[in-house]
Amino acid sequence: MSPSIAVLQPTEPAREAVSIRQGPSLITARSVGIDLGGRMVLDRIDLELRGGEIVTLIGPNGAGKTTLARVLLGLLRPTRGAVTRIPGLRIGYVPQRFAVDPTIPIKVTRFLTLGVRARPAAIASVLAEVGASHLANRPLSALSGGEFQRVSLARALIAEPQFLMLDEPVQGVDYSGEAQLYALIGQIRDKRGCGILLISHDLHIVLGASDRVICLNRHICCEGVPETIAAHPEYVRMFGREAGRAVGIYRHSHDHEHDLSGAVKDAACCADHTHD
Amino acid sequence: MIDDFLVRAALAGIGVALLTAPLGCFVVWQRLAMFGNSIAHCGLLGVAIGVLLSIDLTLGVIVVSLALAMLLIGLQGQKLLPQDTLLGILAHAALAAGLLAATWVGGTRLDLMGYLFGDILAVSRADIAWIFAGVVMVGGAMLYLWRPLLSMSVHEELAAAEGVPVGVVRAAFMLLIAFTVAISIKIVGILLITSLLIIPAAAARAFASSPERMIVGAVLLSAIAVLAGLGFSVQLDTPAGPSIVLMLTALFALTVPLLMRQGAR
Repeated sequence: MSPSIAVLQPTEPAREAVSIRQGPSLITARSVGIDLGGRMVLDRIDLELRGGEIVTLIGPNGAGKTTLARVLLGLLRPTRGAVTRIPGLRIGYVPQRFAVDPTIPIKVTRFLTLGVRARPAAIASVLAEVGASHLANRPLSALSGGEFQRVSLARALIAEPQFLMLDEPVQGVDYSGEAQLYALIGQIRDKRGCGILLISHDLHIVLGASDRVICLNRHICCEGVPETIAAHPEYVRMFGREAGRAVGIYRHSHDHEHDLSGAVKDAACCADHTHD
Repeated sequence: MIDDFLVRAALAGIGVALLTAPLGCFVVWQRLAMFGNSIAHCGLLGVAIGVLLSIDLTLGVIVVSLALAMLLIGLQGQKLLPQDTLLGILAHAALAAGLLAATWVGGTRLDLMGYLFGDILAVSRADIAWIFAGVVMVGGAMLYLWRPLLSMSVHEELAAAEGVPVGVVRAAFMLLIAFTVAISIKIVGILLITSLLIIPAAAARAFASSPERMIVGAVLLSAIAVLAGLGFSVQLDTPAGPSIVLMLTALFALTVPLLMRQGAR
């Protein structure tokens, strides 16, 4: 039985428009390999990221998702192969959720301008864009998970990036906040036309918001549009077998599903958190 | 001029507060306290080498501290041992070697207690010159490194992705710590110097609403503690270095309820 995948927004009619909107190639990886002391963390990765396109990268823990992001950003030099970015490419980066050391007294507006200088009007506009205007004067360490992710997104946007790298942007965000954040990411792409790479361990919602899904487990297992990826043999091999341990393992888009015992069913791919 | 030595001590103390407190905030933010401590522990080795080579002792300490800092910077990527274990090993080895070397080359000429616990009441004009030259140099470097340093204190990867050369900036910052510790050792001594980096920053956190305010607060609290400790020491004839550290600790203790209230919010 192929896993049921809920599509968050009706993306079907938009599909054609999206592919037309897709811009030039911004980042290209050619048979990239990362060798950490004899262990291949990433192997033969070929990847092309374009403007205007949302690509979702999924894979289990330890699949090398964040490592790949770091290679694409230029923070890590590949052992093999090469990554090319178009000259002068402005990349906005939202790293995996991190705790800001509470000993650093820093407010949201200040956090936004740590990397680039920006006028107050630009700060206000980017905060409004992510729905975080009311957080401008809050200390960074006092934000909730969802607030923090919005602020991180604002920081990534402030330099007018052509490409956004979002590493687990909904981590630590509650379920309704999750859906809102994904909708926001879609809006940002529509409005700004930037390319987006979205790293996720969460299959069901992400799939709806993205144009292309790449399954990574040290190498690229499979790649495709959201609607077909779930039927891909490699995908089933990667996520399906574990999923078979419980019935109806995938959450649907509207809410958690509960099994007969009342336990929340969870996506087996989300091996890093369980509901019991 | 009965109080000439007191004026010198006060000047030196304020200079050291200006030097250590701002750097100390970044030490706290970047969790480099252990690093500062290790650098301090090699101070005595620097003194011994200074005596051996007949050079200015402060210069000897600076050279050895910078050398150890560079060694530690080079060893940052090592995976053989946890970083703090390695720092601990080097610190104590350096201290032991320094104690042996100091007794060997210095004999009775060296005031060992003075180097271990500081002797602010014995600072010379040359010491004060070193300290204020240090304030200008370290202050200038900090202003130059300000934005990248702050950015990487908040999130190193993010700073790196935004183009901050984090390796270079951190190495520069570690050298600044080494230099600062080396020229401040005379005041509170090898065993207590780290407290001048950390305690003012920790105490200032309770009031601070921005990184800059935390630094200003740390400098003020540090200067107050230095002067109060000095007064305490003169009145009650206690060692000056430990008196200053206890004053700092008392100031910090006063801010703890405030910190706890912030934490509970």
